[in-house]
Amino acid sequence: MTTETPQLTGAEIAVRCLQEEGVEHVFGYPGGSVLYLYDALFNQDILKHILVRHEQGAVHAADAYARSSEKVGVCLVTSGPGVTNIVTGIATAYMDSIPMVILTGQVPTHAIGLDAFQECDTVGITRPVVKHNFLVKDVKDLALTIKKAFYIARTGRPGPVLVDIPKDVSFHKCAFSYPAQIEMRSYNPVIKGHAGQIKKAVQMILSAKRPMIYAGGGVILADAAKELNQLVDTLGYPCTNTLMGLGGYKASDSKFVGMPGMHGTYEANLAMQNCDVLVAIGARFDDRVIGNPADFAKHQRQIIHIDIDPSSISKRVKVDVPIVGDVKDVLQEVIRQVEAGSIRPDAQALADWWKQIEEWRSRDCLKYDRKSAKIKPQYVVEKLWELTGGDAYVTSDVGQHQMWAAQFYRFDKPRRWINSGGLGTMGVGLPYAMGVQMAHKDATVACITGEASIQMCIQELSTCKQYRLPVKVLNLNNGYLGMVRQWQQIEYGSRYSESYMDALPDFVKLAEAYGHVGMQITKPADVEGAIREALKLKDRCVFMDFLTDPKENVWPMVQAGKGLTSMLLGSEDL
Amino acid sequence: MKRHIISILIENEAGALSRVAGLFSARGYNIETLTVAPTEDPSLSRMTIVSVGSDDVIEQITKHLNRLIDVVKVVDLSEGAHIERELMLVKVRATGKEREEMKRMAEIFRGRIIDVTDKTYTIELTGDVAKLDAFIEAIDRALILETVRTGASGIGRGERVLKV
Repeated sequence: MTTETPQLTGAEIAVRCLQEEGVEHVFGYPGGSVLYLYDALFNQDILKHILVRHEQGAVHAADAYARSSEKVGVCLVTSGPGVTNIVTGIATAYMDSIPMVILTGQVPTHAIGLDAFQECDTVGITRPVVKHNFLVKDVKDLALTIKKAFYIARTGRPGPVLVDIPKDVSFHKCAFSYPAQIEMRSYNPVIKGHAGQIKKAVQMILSAKRPMIYAGGGVILADAAKELNQLVDTLGYPCTNTLMGLGGYKASDSKFVGMPGMHGTYEANLAMQNCDVLVAIGARFDDRVIGNPADFAKHQRQIIHIDIDPSSISKRVKVDVPIVGDVKDVLQEVIRQVEAGSIRPDAQALADWWKQIEEWRSRDCLKYDRKSAKIKPQYVVEKLWELTGGDAYVTSDVGQHQMWAAQFYRFDKPRRWINSGGLGTMGVGLPYAMGVQMAHKDATVACITGEASIQMCIQELSTCKQYRLPVKVLNLNNGYLGMVRQWQQIEYGSRYSESYMDALPDFVKLAEAYGHVGMQITKPADVEGAIREALKLKDRCVFMDFLTDPKENVWPMVQAGKGLTSMLLGSEDL
Repeated sequence: MKRHIISILIENEAGALSRVAGLFSARGYNIETLTVAPTEDPSLSRMTIVSVGSDDVIEQITKHLNRLIDVVKVVDLSEGAHIERELMLVKVRATGKEREEMKRMAEIFRGRIIDVTDKTYTIELTGDVAKLDAFIEAIDRALILETVRTGASGIGRGERVLKV
């Protein structure tokens, strides 16, 4: 009998680390360099592995798994092409600050740098699109590295962290112990906001005459939707949520003025521009949100900016009161001081401001032709919202359908709206829906997509079959790369260069070929019935191909480079 | 646009340099010079970067450097009193009457001749950037065979210390 600590292989250690982190699902695809890891997965039943059809599907699914839950998404792929296939997905997660840990196989340490089969410089290729990455050269460093990876991914401004594991490291053995705590001298994210700055901000908020609350994805990531709702409701101020922040404040409340920006509402953009105090919370003054920064700066207003990342502050817009800290923590303190303070908002000024906003709102900027003989894409989204009671998880791809989903599905809860905001990656919709469905087994998950985007990852319909993921795909099929066509119409003299796809597949047959239910809907009168029927098929994946009006555009629109209030409200403005 | 000298303490890990260099190229920031070597604590490297930019850009640079996971500390030395030095090695043609003149110039600039052949001198010179530039200006350009400069290293004056 020996009393020595048991020696585990690197692969067994990696699997044990994931178990210790409470990981339940790993999205991946095997290959030569990760065979030991897959062998270790085979010998346990705590982690469930989801085998996708293309590595890009794995990384997007892990990303959405994280977006829709409070967990870190985990993805596992092999070296070389396995890695290059996930770069788009890593960049997508990085742009939206999504916590993910990606384990990649690498050729054995002795072969690194020798152009070995399926070798690529993984750490080098991914460096600009990860929060951090590691190459583990010694099995003794593996457990600590994975611990660090999870810690870095989920704390501070979250983001993807990659751990590259050479094949020999995965079969070398050492004793395993997983550190309970970790400290890094080079990484200490700030949590508490500066007390003096918070006090100053509260005074500014309470003495505003035309206040505006502008909340972004940081609210969702920090799980601070409850606090945001409480603050807005206490103050009675108007609130806008960015594309990444939808659901942060309840859209069904009249204080919600819609999304701001390029395809934001008239009232949100005018309030952003004309307010006297702008409270930016977990938002980054993105070019799609504030339009031309010089035009935005023309209007005098004081800006408070709460963000966990100091580099987001005064990056595109100079702010007056920066508060670096965890959004949830800072908001709790702001609420405490607002409630305890003696100053009350100026009720008369606020009433006048709301009167102005209601006047802007009465332009009804999201109106569309409800009598059309063609299916209007907006109508499909509205019906989905109605029939799911506003309570579905909705993923989208990128383009016109994404904007219509954001405008017409009114999200009341955080983590329900899953889309690629920063990078704008076409193809995410279906793998996103898979990731969400894995995280929320019994929830209704709808993927609003277009006939172009869906074809970028359509192979994942096969994964949906294997794992019986009852995703509902709503394909808003207008035959065009719609957003490209819209820009070409407006800015390129209607020269529709390569924005029309001939020879689309028969999506009904395609869905059926993958073992799913396919439907084609051609008339507005059939929209509601089809969605109802699809929702009734609780355990089936249903592909609804809606043939929509090919000429419909997303309104309102602020053209790129224009000021936020130079809005086109419809084709009559062209 | 102002010249800034930024000091960084960074974990002495493989790839640390490329993270810093990659940040500058990805965000379009300018690097005039960059020097790096381990400190007395071999787990840490000290880097000095000279960059030219507006105040806003330099602020973004220091924020983004701080955001790198391996970076332990960042300080913009130009915000306070500091000393900077750079090492230059110059190989010059030294024949005939120019041989004596070159030796004299090296002495004036407090340089040292560290390698001699019958046709050349190699002169070692340290100082701030302006002094090294001045030496180049002072000697006959046609005699310069080769120059190599390290880029600036900087340190705060007095009690100002950059340490973990």
